[in-house]
Amino acid sequence: MKAVKNSIATVAAVIAAGVASTSFAQTITGAGATFPFPIYAKWADEYKKSTGISMNYQSIGSGGGIKQIQSKTVDFGATDMPLKAEDLAKDGLIQFPAIIGGVVPVTNMDNVAPGQLKLTGEILADIYLGKIKNWNEKAITDLNPGVKLDGPITVVRRSDGSGTTFLFVDYLSKVSPEWKTKVGVGTAVSWPEGVGGKGNEGVAQYVQRIKGSIGYVEFAYAKKNKLDYIQMRNRDGVFVTPDDSAFAAAAAGADWKGTPGMGVVLTNQVGKASWPMAGASFILMYAKPGKPEQSKEVLKFFDFAFKNGAKSASELDYVPLPPATTNLIREEWKKITDASGKALM
Amino acid sequence: MSSNPTRSFARQDAIFARSTQFFAVLVLVTLAAIIISLIHGAWPTITKVGPKFFVDASWDPVRSLFGGLAPLWGTLITATIAMIIAVPVSFGIAIFLTEMCPPILKRPLGTAVELLAAIPSIIYGMWGLFVFAPLFGEHIQPLLSATLGKLPVIGALFQGPTIGIGVLTAGIILSVMVIPFTASVMRDVFETTPPILKESAYGLGATTWEVVWNVVLPYTKTGVVGGVMLGLGRALGETMAVTFVIGNAYNISLALFEPGNSIASSLANEFNEASDPLHLSALIALGLVLFLLTFCVLAASRWMLANLAKREGKRT
Repeated sequence: MKAVKNSIATVAAVIAAGVASTSFAQTITGAGATFPFPIYAKWADEYKKSTGISMNYQSIGSGGGIKQIQSKTVDFGATDMPLKAEDLAKDGLIQFPAIIGGVVPVTNMDNVAPGQLKLTGEILADIYLGKIKNWNEKAITDLNPGVKLDGPITVVRRSDGSGTTFLFVDYLSKVSPEWKTKVGVGTAVSWPEGVGGKGNEGVAQYVQRIKGSIGYVEFAYAKKNKLDYIQMRNRDGVFVTPDDSAFAAAAAGADWKGTPGMGVVLTNQVGKASWPMAGASFILMYAKPGKPEQSKEVLKFFDFAFKNGAKSASELDYVPLPPATTNLIREEWKKITDASGKALM
Repeated sequence: MSSNPTRSFARQDAIFARSTQFFAVLVLVTLAAIIISLIHGAWPTITKVGPKFFVDASWDPVRSLFGGLAPLWGTLITATIAMIIAVPVSFGIAIFLTEMCPPILKRPLGTAVELLAAIPSIIYGMWGLFVFAPLFGEHIQPLLSATLGKLPVIGALFQGPTIGIGVLTAGIILSVMVIPFTASVMRDVFETTPPILKESAYGLGATTWEVVWNVVLPYTKTGVVGGVMLGLGRALGETMAVTFVIGNAYNISLALFEPGNSIASSLANEFNEASDPLHLSALIALGLVLFLLTFCVLAASRWMLANLAKREGKRT
């Protein structure tokens, strides 16, 4: 599915400016992250059915989303990597999360059932740093007594810049000081090891083909394609299996209120049931939009999505934001005002 | 309309001449505009990184370090592999089709070669990743590293993980994509050799090989070089097929089984999410390098042809 999106993305990037600047009263436009595209498209469909207003979302990538909102060609931008408070302030932007998903490591090994293999973040980081090169390394076998592990490890990662990569490396740098200093965090990083696949499907294809490989993909993608996911030890020391409830648990403990711009990255969160690599996708809007009436429609759209979109989010293996968080977001929306300083919503 | 028909014709001619001139100039303007916008886009990299861009192999978006050596290396290596395979094969196809093919096969075979050229590059990429790479990785790569890999010197080329993904795979896929171009150009130019020349040579008792090597090839070398350059141009700039199979790692290694990167695949991979201005500029700089590279290839082929012509002038 991502392949189609990616190919559309390039075209969309070209068209986006043209389409966006001529937006009609009954169309709102957004551009950005590819990760939440399926759910935004689904919500747009439902919103159109109930209100007649269409939402046109171009999944051109988080970087593109940030650029488009900065050049004011769209009504909202979307990014998987939250902007820092000072960047938001500089451009006069408001940021809020819209949906939650998760990243899962997937493997391809004989004699190992899906969900059977257990790893910690430290081991995962060492594998991706190229320090652990074989599955029979003691650190791994100690965690997995009774599982027959042997053979060289092939590391698979994304070759394209991606929010999925951002969540993955953000987690690695939180658990491994060496990763933090040597590689760092970004939507694309300088990988010390491994082969790069383009998109989730590229990574999945490499992992399925190469015996002894390990990669990481979006949870929804892993689930649809029945990839062999693994258990991870979370911050509380509990091994968890990736699923919606584990992502929701990660979001539950997050400090949305205390983080400027609501820019919480949901990796390595506390909580016994928390999956360590969850993440929210964010929406960017101007605090003083040039076209307040358009921005008001955007807020109405997300208001509708928060109220009615939970079911379709779960169907697509995303996690809807809990009510406490959406209430906070509605507070944040009060900062979006028209020229006279009156809140739009 | 003027009463004088010739006068109106003259005016029409002038309008026609002007409009064709306009279209011709349009090409130059577009070319100049592309170069200018590439240089403009690449300017931050040119000023901040400078000539080091060509020798620095570190590509680290997190620390804003951008050196273009790895993709440049990958582009040159894959294109070289592609040409090493494609030129002899295309030459063979063209000789067979023009000199030895039974007439009944000539048309279907020629069309088949041209059809290969019509396959979109993404199809080659998918075929390469889903069909060719597994076969190559499981059967051919272990064989290569067990035989050629043991030899001194060239053994260093056939090393690396035998997973079917890497620089060699990309080069082979590229060669398959280049062959139809090169082969059909070669066939077309071989056919321009006047039959009387060939028949004279055959009459003197020359073998088919001698006719091809001593008569056809010298007569058509401009076209042959042109065909090879056309193929090389495609090999240098090919994006999607390479991105699928090259492994996309910023990696400089002589081992051809290792994953690598090419300029075009770096652009395809990173343009979407490049939010750091220097990152974007470094990608545009890579595009500029690719542009200059293809330009140099064309210029070199022109120069080579001019030299060939000069030498011949001396000989006669």
